[in-house]
Amino acid sequence: MSLTGPDDPTPASRTVLDADQISRACARMAHEVLEANRGASGLVLLGIPTRGVPLAHRLARAMAEAEGGLEAPIPVGSLDVTMYRDDLRRHPTRAVGRTEVPVGVDGAVVVLVDDVLYSGRTVRAALDALGDLGRPRAVRLAVLVDRGHRELPVRADHVGKNLPTRSDERVSVRLAEVDGADEVTITRDEA
Amino acid sequence: MRHLLSAADLDAAEVGEILDLAEEMALVQSRPVKKLPALRGRTVVNLFFEDSTRTRSSFELAGKWLSADVINISAKGSSVSKGESLRDTVLTVASMGVDAMVVRHMASGAPLQTARWFAELGLGVHVVNAGDGTHEHPTQALLDAFTLRRHFRAQDPDRPDALAGRRIAVVGDITHSRVARSNVELLTTLGAQVVLVAPPTLLPSGVGTWPVEVRHDLDAVLGEVDAVMMLRVQRERMSGGYFPTPREYTVGYGLTRARLGLLRPGAPICHPGPMNRGLEISGDAADSAGSLILDQVAAGVAVRMSVLYQLLGGQDDADGTTGALR
Amino acid sequence: MTQADDEQGRDVLVLGADLAGRGPADLLIRDGSFADPADARPDADRVDAAGLVALPGLVDLHTHLREPGREDAETVETGTRAAARGGYTAVLAMANTNPVTDTAEAAEHLLGVASRVGSAQVVPVGAVSKGLEGEELAELGLMARSAARTRVFSDDGHCVADARLMRRALEYVRAFDGVVAQHAQDPRLAGRDACCAEGELSGRLGLPGWPAVAEAGIVARDVQLAELTRSRLHVCHVSTAETVDVLRWAKQRGVEVTAEVTPHHLLLTVDELTGYDPTFKVNPPLRSGEDVAALRDALSDGTIDAVGTDHAPHARHDKEHAFVDAAFGMLGLETALAVVVETMVRPGALGWGDVATRMSSVPAHIARLPGQGRPLRVGEPANLVLVDPERRSVVDRDASLSLSRNNPWHGRDLPDPMVATWWGGRRTFTRS
Repeated sequence: MSLTGPDDPTPASRTVLDADQISRACARMAHEVLEANRGASGLVLLGIPTRGVPLAHRLARAMAEAEGGLEAPIPVGSLDVTMYRDDLRRHPTRAVGRTEVPVGVDGAVVVLVDDVLYSGRTVRAALDALGDLGRPRAVRLAVLVDRGHRELPVRADHVGKNLPTRSDERVSVRLAEVDGADEVTITRDEA
Repeated sequence: MRHLLSAADLDAAEVGEILDLAEEMALVQSRPVKKLPALRGRTVVNLFFEDSTRTRSSFELAGKWLSADVINISAKGSSVSKGESLRDTVLTVASMGVDAMVVRHMASGAPLQTARWFAELGLGVHVVNAGDGTHEHPTQALLDAFTLRRHFRAQDPDRPDALAGRRIAVVGDITHSRVARSNVELLTTLGAQVVLVAPPTLLPSGVGTWPVEVRHDLDAVLGEVDAVMMLRVQRERMSGGYFPTPREYTVGYGLTRARLGLLRPGAPICHPGPMNRGLEISGDAADSAGSLILDQVAAGVAVRMSVLYQLLGGQDDADGTTGALR
Repeated sequence: MTQADDEQGRDVLVLGADLAGRGPADLLIRDGSFADPADARPDADRVDAAGLVALPGLVDLHTHLREPGREDAETVETGTRAAARGGYTAVLAMANTNPVTDTAEAAEHLLGVASRVGSAQVVPVGAVSKGLEGEELAELGLMARSAARTRVFSDDGHCVADARLMRRALEYVRAFDGVVAQHAQDPRLAGRDACCAEGELSGRLGLPGWPAVAEAGIVARDVQLAELTRSRLHVCHVSTAETVDVLRWAKQRGVEVTAEVTPHHLLLTVDELTGYDPTFKVNPPLRSGEDVAALRDALSDGTIDAVGTDHAPHARHDKEHAFVDAAFGMLGLETALAVVVETMVRPGALGWGDVATRMSSVPAHIARLPGQGRPLRVGEPANLVLVDPERRSVVDRDASLSLSRNNPWHGRDLPDPMVATWWGGRRTFTRS
């Protein structure tokens, strides 16, 4: 779940990852995924909108570089989980994002990609959504930031950075593709 | 969105949202598991005072694919003759605790009256107009727009605003067509120019004030439009003196095989169904490469899923009630 | 009623009311008639009417009382109480009850009920055709000879569409100075479903249209039949500018034709139908603003002779159907004068003397009612309504004395002029 902070960070905000660090985290996660999977074969990367999608594309590029060129590009798609959320009825009707799955997921190793892992509810929704698309051989989870405070038994397989936070803090991930720049910040709620 | 009663209630942005979401819903139709959990625990009732297997089935599938509980109530036959008023009927059904009521009625305005009674009693039930008399059929217009938008986008991917500036002919019994009224509203909202083609006896009074062009010469119009939408001729109109004979109607206003050649290349053909083959549309036209008639049917479910999600996908009213009598 | 009984035998002295616009004067009510105020007894009940206008008791040419047959919607008792509250001392009760008033017995029965429970004079209207079916003449002569002394005949609710039947009816009633009151609606042009003035809105709302020509066409035919038969024609609830033109033409030719307009056609327009609220479903339908203007002009210049309420009570459930299935009609007796004040008196199109003419003396004359619509003069029957020209209020349908609630004026700010009504010296309404 991405919690975007205000455009103009308040003084209470501090940067925890800069562009360089984000880039290195992605490269390291790409290596880990390849190592765990013993290569790129059978992998499908599905980003969770909004910022999971560009992250999935970055991972795919980093994996292609790490392997020194692949026979076929790693399939990347997006998996919208809006309709599967357990808090739909706590908010006004939510806009729905795109689901685009380039290949069948039956028998594939699906890597779900998101920017922030927090309560775990988004990942649960994603697992349900994935189940309706088919039966992957395995599902892994890659997140840029794990900020803790889990409410469900969910654990990431690959983490860019573990970030201990307080629950009154907001973690904001900004990515160039969406926000114009790469940056992860923590903001203290003024409440 | 509180209700969907008239295509006139939607602005271009709202229509865009409904159609965009319908595109996502359409993907579900091609999946192994045709099910989204978004409306789990919601109840949708199809209250049909007039038979319509296709519209009812379409709403039923839409609700079920979104995991809503869907029940169908056929209230066919005049409630006047049964002694129960329309108000009694809709309040009785609403009091069962439904979240949305899809209303089809042979009388114009019945869904609007229903929504007003709910409002007077503070009932949170959402009302969808599934066709009222000769007034409106907004989900039909939405699915027509969806189908045409897809078609034009595929033809010309560089025009995302696919319907703006298009000329679309609507041909047939405009007077008694709820499809025509909703399409005029919706297509105009989306920036298209509607050309109504009919004999003067089948044009509604006051059509001169509508934002449309009115013509009587189908042959001349066919070469000037980007799409043509044929309307069903109701059987009872044939004896109502609106035109001399079915044969004469077909010669004047039917989409015959010969007229197919007058269409611009690639111009699509729509029909809301059910068709009178040989009367307003020939078999050659209905089954031609340009026919979008089956695409319209498929689009119906996706568009209705989108509408139901817009109405029911979010939180309840501020006081948390949906469907219970207060 | 108790109060009214108490008043019997006691003088009522009405002080300083403006007598139908002719200036203030006193009125003495004694034994059911007006007497010389100078003769008032010292214990007379004194009513200070300074600033009020006195009008002769109003006469409604067009009331539906629903008894017998639909006593859940209105009865003679409740309908005449509503009439008294509206300033009326006589109402003509239309024949479309169940059974239909198409025999002398039915007319006399209604008269009998009214004599027991009525708060105003009830004048039975006889049907033109048996069972209102438009095929054979009802027993017009027997009704005329009955105790009801029927002079007005109407199939109201239905048009006497058959030209030959209409001609015969007009010819036949001439023998006893009767009048045929026509509900002008060509059934081929405006059938049973027709419920919205044909025009831009009917096309947009998808409601069956009721074209103006369906009314004006019948009236054009009927005025020529009246001319041919040298008989009296009355046109009910004129609703279109076209009909006004036909009436003007006929009156110029000297045809004995009179016409009425309803209060609702003087103020409400077809735009009220936008929300499909059956409260506004009425026959003939509400029309355009241009028609409303033409009707006001015609009532002002006398082309339209009278106001008739077409008071049409309906049980709630008969109005809670889909628009095309709901019953036609709206309440009118209690608010008629209010609407006339709003649309005609305040804009200066009618003076109070004209109101007395259009709502009392002319209707009484059309119906040949000897004791109604008389001047406020010594020796005349004490039929009187006191009105306050300035008072206004918001109409509340639940405050009605009618049994029904199909009140199109609910929630509207209107004049509220009625102060008190006397019918034959008996006080039938007092503002509380």
